[in-house]
Amino acid sequence: MNNIDKRLEVTIKDMVLRNPVMTASGTFGYGYDYEDFMNLESLGGIVVKATTGANREGNAYPRMAETSSGMLNAVGLQNKGVDYFCNTLYNKIKDINTNMIVNVSGSSIEEYVEVAEKINELKNIPGIELNISCPNVKQGGMAFGTDPKMAAEVVKAVRRAYNKTLIVKLSPNVTSIVEIAKAVEGEGADSLSLINTLFGMAVDAEKRQPLLSTVTGGLSGPAVKPVALRCVWQVAKQTKLPLIGIGGIMNATDAIEFILVGATAIEVGTANFINPAISQEIVYGISEYLDRHNIKNISDIRGII
Amino acid sequence: MRYCKDFIVVENETITSTLFILKLQYPETLPEIKAGQFVEILVEGNKDVFLRRPISIHDVDIERNQISLLVQIVGKGTDQLSNIKIGDTLNLIFPLGNGFTIVGKRVLLVGGGCGAAPLLYLARVLKQRQIKSDILIGCKDVNHLFSKKEYESLSNLHIATEDGSCGLKGLVTSHKIMEEDFDAIYCCGPTPMMKAISKHAKQKNIPCYVSLEHKMACGFGVCLCCVVETNIGNKRTCVTGPIFLSSDLKDF
Repeated sequence: MNNIDKRLEVTIKDMVLRNPVMTASGTFGYGYDYEDFMNLESLGGIVVKATTGANREGNAYPRMAETSSGMLNAVGLQNKGVDYFCNTLYNKIKDINTNMIVNVSGSSIEEYVEVAEKINELKNIPGIELNISCPNVKQGGMAFGTDPKMAAEVVKAVRRAYNKTLIVKLSPNVTSIVEIAKAVEGEGADSLSLINTLFGMAVDAEKRQPLLSTVTGGLSGPAVKPVALRCVWQVAKQTKLPLIGIGGIMNATDAIEFILVGATAIEVGTANFINPAISQEIVYGISEYLDRHNIKNISDIRGII
Repeated sequence: MRYCKDFIVVENETITSTLFILKLQYPETLPEIKAGQFVEILVEGNKDVFLRRPISIHDVDIERNQISLLVQIVGKGTDQLSNIKIGDTLNLIFPLGNGFTIVGKRVLLVGGGCGAAPLLYLARVLKQRQIKSDILIGCKDVNHLFSKKEYESLSNLHIATEDGSCGLKGLVTSHKIMEEDFDAIYCCGPTPMMKAISKHAKQKNIPCYVSLEHKMACGFGVCLCCVVETNIGNKRTCVTGPIFLSSDLKDF
């Protein structure tokens, strides 16, 4: 364990994070995939791969296309289902000493509730991140996150079934992200994480065909950071919930930018693919920033823009 | 155990206008590397080259702590990599993937074009384990033949070229070595070639191990982008593979 910098500690509802740095679902496996490269316990939290009610094979290959300063993916929530998670994967992650958060997804309200109920029983999972914003599944996913009524309905149902920290992950693919944020805040969400990937596509001009099997996919990486910052800034001004900023964070400076516009914590996503130790390096980088600017506590700069 | 560390470039040898071999020095003692494993190289300084590039390990010199990578220029990333200078550093995640399963007493290695890259180190490992091997390399012409001396020192080398400038004129599948008896075949190259060799192995009732090349974002099992359809569902090429028993693959 590295020396804990108490200035970095933040709270999201009942979860105490030793620092604001978390890792984003779908980019960090189940945590232990990164053990060779870094100390997992240096992180504030880890959001594991999306879990659905039943096994999902995901979309056909190709599922990924590199773009300028980013990438598109169309994985399609491949996972072995909530029972496999509870019976097998949970045992492999329950002793990792950080906030292990499960990303919960589904195609119907019933499926979201079923997964949330089962995860609620797991002692060492202090929170879930409700994924109402995946652009890569035919049913559900983003459909719930782009309509304020549907977003409210799913959060309401899950809130009844889940009594620990409930984070709702928002989609940027909406006219007004504030409207969605307010709708889920009204139904008892404890925190919002934003943004999920931007709905996009890529084309191979030589072959005259799309680069993804599904034609469209989700854009991530530094290319989306300005959109993500804007979303966090807007939502921070209009809601009271603690926010988790996500979108193109590649280094500590990027993380600080999200905190300045109102994020309590951040999630590192695509950057984990490029430098598997980056999340830990960002923790050190934030400490160094506080030293350099003589800041006593990370909360002193939160939302000052 | 996988590592994310810097290597120093000690050689950048041009084979053809689109093919080069990098020899990289590891500053520490190299961990165990299996034949058929690969590395993920960080190519810096170009916004269009965002992700690492997966490249198979061509050879390993365990005494000098050096590895060789055979790289084909296929896009901006590999093009930029081709300009790297001796003394430059390259950041690698390694060793990745499962590597070849070593079986039998006499085996055949079949490689096509630059896809043959991992077979050199495989031939070296087989020799160390005193397993007899024949290696059949298919390529465009004599200019595209690489590491010939090394292959000859480790295995019985057979060659097929499209223009007949070296060895048999024609495809690897029509080479007479294919008719001899082997305990297993190891094959790397273009997919149609691997499918043809896999069919041949099926007829002979012997296992055929193929090395797949799929687009990947991470290379170590987390992005789920490089999946291949197997008889038991989608599997990640980067961790379950890149080496698969061809009979386990749906398309083969």
